[in-house]
Amino acid sequence: MNFFLTIILDGLIQASWLFIVALGLTLVFGVLKILNIAHGSFYALGAYIAATAVTMVAARGLPPSVGFVAMLLSVVLIASAIGLLLERGLLKMFYGRDEVVLLLVTYAVFLILEDVTKLIWGVNPIYATQPYELFGNLEFAGLYYVGYDLVLIPISAVVGFAIWFGLNRTVIGKIVLAVIHNEEMSVSMGVRVNRVYAIAFAFGALLAALAGALTAPKISMQPGLSSDVIILSFAIVVIGGLGSVEGAAIGAILVGLARAASVHLMPQAELFMIYLIMAAVLMFRPEGLFKRETARRI
Amino acid sequence: MDRSWRTICAVLLASIATSSFTLAAPASAQETFKLGIVTFLSGPAADSFGVPARNGAQFVIDQLNKGAAPSPYEKVGFGGLKIEPVIIDENGGATKQVQELRNLYQRDSVDVVLGYISSGDCLAVAPIAEELKKMLVLMDCGTPRIFEEAKYNYVFRTAAHATMDNVGLVRYMKAKNVKMETLSAINQDYAWGQDSRADFVAAAQQLYPNVKVQTDLLPKFGAGQYGTEISALVGAGSDVVYSSLWGGDLQAFVLQSAPRGLPKRSQLVFSAADHVLPPLGDKMPDGTIIGARGAYGLMSQKSPLNDWLFKGYEAANGVYPVQAAYRIAQSILGLKAAAEKAMSKNGGRKPSTDEMVAAMTGLEWPSPGGLIQMKLADGHQAIQPIAISRTKYNPDLKRVDLVDIQYFAAECVNPPPGVKSIDWIKGGMQGAKCN
Amino acid sequence: MRKSLHPVVMIALVAAVTLAGRALPTWTLSLATIAASNALIALGIVVLARTGNVSFGQGLFFAAGGYGVALIANAWGLTDAVAQVIVGALCGGLLGLVVGPLIARYSGIFFGMLTLALSMVFYGALVKSTALGGSDGFNVGRPSLFGMSFTDPREADYMLYAISVIVTGFAGIAATILFRSEFGLASLAVRENNLRVEYLGLSANRIISINFLIAAIFAGASGAFALMAQRHIDPQFAYWTTSGEFVFVAVLAGNQSVAAVFVASMALELVRSFSNLYLPNTWQLVLGVFLLGVILFLPRGIGSLWIRDRRKRRISTTAHLTVERGAAP
Repeated sequence: MNFFLTIILDGLIQASWLFIVALGLTLVFGVLKILNIAHGSFYALGAYIAATAVTMVAARGLPPSVGFVAMLLSVVLIASAIGLLLERGLLKMFYGRDEVVLLLVTYAVFLILEDVTKLIWGVNPIYATQPYELFGNLEFAGLYYVGYDLVLIPISAVVGFAIWFGLNRTVIGKIVLAVIHNEEMSVSMGVRVNRVYAIAFAFGALLAALAGALTAPKISMQPGLSSDVIILSFAIVVIGGLGSVEGAAIGAILVGLARAASVHLMPQAELFMIYLIMAAVLMFRPEGLFKRETARRI
Repeated sequence: MDRSWRTICAVLLASIATSSFTLAAPASAQETFKLGIVTFLSGPAADSFGVPARNGAQFVIDQLNKGAAPSPYEKVGFGGLKIEPVIIDENGGATKQVQELRNLYQRDSVDVVLGYISSGDCLAVAPIAEELKKMLVLMDCGTPRIFEEAKYNYVFRTAAHATMDNVGLVRYMKAKNVKMETLSAINQDYAWGQDSRADFVAAAQQLYPNVKVQTDLLPKFGAGQYGTEISALVGAGSDVVYSSLWGGDLQAFVLQSAPRGLPKRSQLVFSAADHVLPPLGDKMPDGTIIGARGAYGLMSQKSPLNDWLFKGYEAANGVYPVQAAYRIAQSILGLKAAAEKAMSKNGGRKPSTDEMVAAMTGLEWPSPGGLIQMKLADGHQAIQPIAISRTKYNPDLKRVDLVDIQYFAAECVNPPPGVKSIDWIKGGMQGAKCN
Repeated sequence: MRKSLHPVVMIALVAAVTLAGRALPTWTLSLATIAASNALIALGIVVLARTGNVSFGQGLFFAAGGYGVALIANAWGLTDAVAQVIVGALCGGLLGLVVGPLIARYSGIFFGMLTLALSMVFYGALVKSTALGGSDGFNVGRPSLFGMSFTDPREADYMLYAISVIVTGFAGIAATILFRSEFGLASLAVRENNLRVEYLGLSANRIISINFLIAAIFAGASGAFALMAQRHIDPQFAYWTTSGEFVFVAVLAGNQSVAAVFVASMALELVRSFSNLYLPNTWQLVLGVFLLGVILFLPRGIGSLWIRDRRKRRISTTAHLTVERGAAP
């Protein structure tokens, strides 16, 4: 029994930050129809900004809780600004081009950001470990867990709920949903789609960076951080269904649990597990687990 | 976007093309020794190995060009020839490296290429250099396969391969009476992790015949988050947890496992961990057994040559040198020794590739990390001594000190010529000379 | 592709490029071999893209071709370059024959993601196979040609260059003929609306499967070239970034000309190599800016630098890759 609880807990911890990254990716895809490869770069950017903020706060002798808050605030501000800037300044120029071209534009952005982060932060490892000790340790099922890891689960649930609520229960959210479902119709109803694009992209960048900030305290920031995250979050979003909040949640939990289960039960299979699930889901439900059927034009 | 743009673009592309051809013309390199250096400047291995190696190379070359190195390396450059480095990035995979190696030799006409950290890159570039009949010096990569699966004339490796790291660790544990009835392991799922794991387990089974392997994890390279793996390792509660993780992965593993009590339950043993000590500081649990892939850094033995590298590097870069800096330093010094040996025979002319190759084969030279001997693979593969130690945080210096250091002679931890490493270990490590 | 270019002219062009290799500096030969091999696989992507599907998993067939050739070469001592290309194409083609019909019913982004997932499963399997050298891969011997072996590096490089240029050139000519055929036009129709194609009594799935098979054959042959050029193979062949690069070449080339695929591939290799030499710390940035620049200033790809009469021949252009939506006649 304890064994399964361990798997579930490990899986949920893993799922929590993955969910936030995937949420941003799925939002950007839903609205802009872009599969954003630079999404992983925003994740890395968030982690780096968070580390800088935490270090600056710690250098002033302030407690780690201040560092935690400062890191979240700075990431939210800077990442959404960068997202806005990129969308207005660069991506806008390519709207109307084929989705593959847009995908490659984001790949170019990924390459550029990779070197830009290196130019700003150097290649030496950077840490922000102070917040990791913030919530103490907990004994559970004969194992110690770090409080911070456990706190990530409710945080990601809150973020997920906030996005769901924002989309489904507010006017702006409903406008965004309208654009997701039918862009042409929204335009003819008077929606300023450009503004929705900008908001959605900035939000996507923010979510990726937020996830980066939340994981920053437990890893060491260094070049190459971004490429791994992209492919994982792609898998989650594809499993869940592109453009769906619930799908991202289920996808993240599935991937988290699958990883945890394979590590505990069958360590050799870990490398395949996620891609196998992804391929299987695509084979049987190509639109993902949560995509609503849309009418197609003949 | 019409004709004018097209014209501009056409002009741009044409100029790129022409400039590439003009630049490609071989420069007249009479008075210099052109040395191609390949090391990771981006990607996950940059901070741990690539950049320390580049910094090490820059320091050593700078010193040699000034004639400021200690004996026996006082001569300027390579026997009077100034060294002209051409540094390129190793990131991007073996395909790209094969192409860049050809470019270095054929387009940039470098005399020797030195470098390569990734085993996959080493395996891929070695046959190309052999085919082009150009000298290639591998400085760091770990896999024993390079000279065990093929024979090369123009390719050298100036550092011992990874077998030494794991044999050394097990010998150290036996010498220090570390209890190991049960063993768990966590290694990355790629060749370095898989090979290190196999070597360590095989060596452990020789010296600890009753050892039982429990949890045996192979997470993805660059996974960065080990929550689940740590649960499994703590759950198993083995006497020893072995890992060949390195760089960011190792740092993340240490950061995440310490608060969860893994170091208290199990003795941690890391095969290549010295480079994470400066960044980790007090986060590194005391008493961890670590190797550095040689007698490097804080484990290095005192000598004028070592002081020169250690202090000079520290002054230039603000941190003390770790394994990659030592490995590239021993590589460049070996090349210098070979060049000067060749020049003493040919009357002081700039040595040809064949003269360099002849001089390098079977060479021995002192380095900051001890004596390097090209003893294996018909004089093409080095063996060297290794040091293993335990960590202890020093709050005064704010750095991790290494205590309980034990040195193992090169021939104690490296296989003799003509035997495959894994066969040597499994056959009981016959012929090891451990004084 | 301009209508005026007769296949005979194209054959002459291929011959000219092949002979021009004798005058090129040695280092460009192997660069051009890689560029030609990348162009071949990118050409396959262009062929497939005409049905509206972009594969992000061509690395699967690239690796299948490469590993197939490498294993056969090491097991049976098959070193002949032409035979190796055929074996590579066969390996890619066989796998394409199996995979194609399975995924022909997907479209758009799902098609792309599924191909990517399959290539990553293959990658995972290769990393796990320690018998094949795991992630480090393994080496193969030098190729020969019709019983001749080449000891002079320049001659060996030229031999590979010539074969890769000829094979890629003929693949390009074949593709052009295919594009103008009834089948090629039907492929375009699938892209526009696959349901309407079905109403006409054609099977859209079958059309996609056949195009997929062609792309897989090209990718397999390309894998054989890459293997011969570098004599080493590792799972990186099947990694998603490798596949992504091929798509990149296809997009850079644009839809104006088959020759553009080769030029784009060569330009990419040159930019990458020189930025790595002169700016080793920021070559990714340079590459990114270069790519953005081409996409921004040459929206129809590098081919639009020398092909002008695009409006008249839009319908026979090679791909939808860079055509604005709704602009097609």
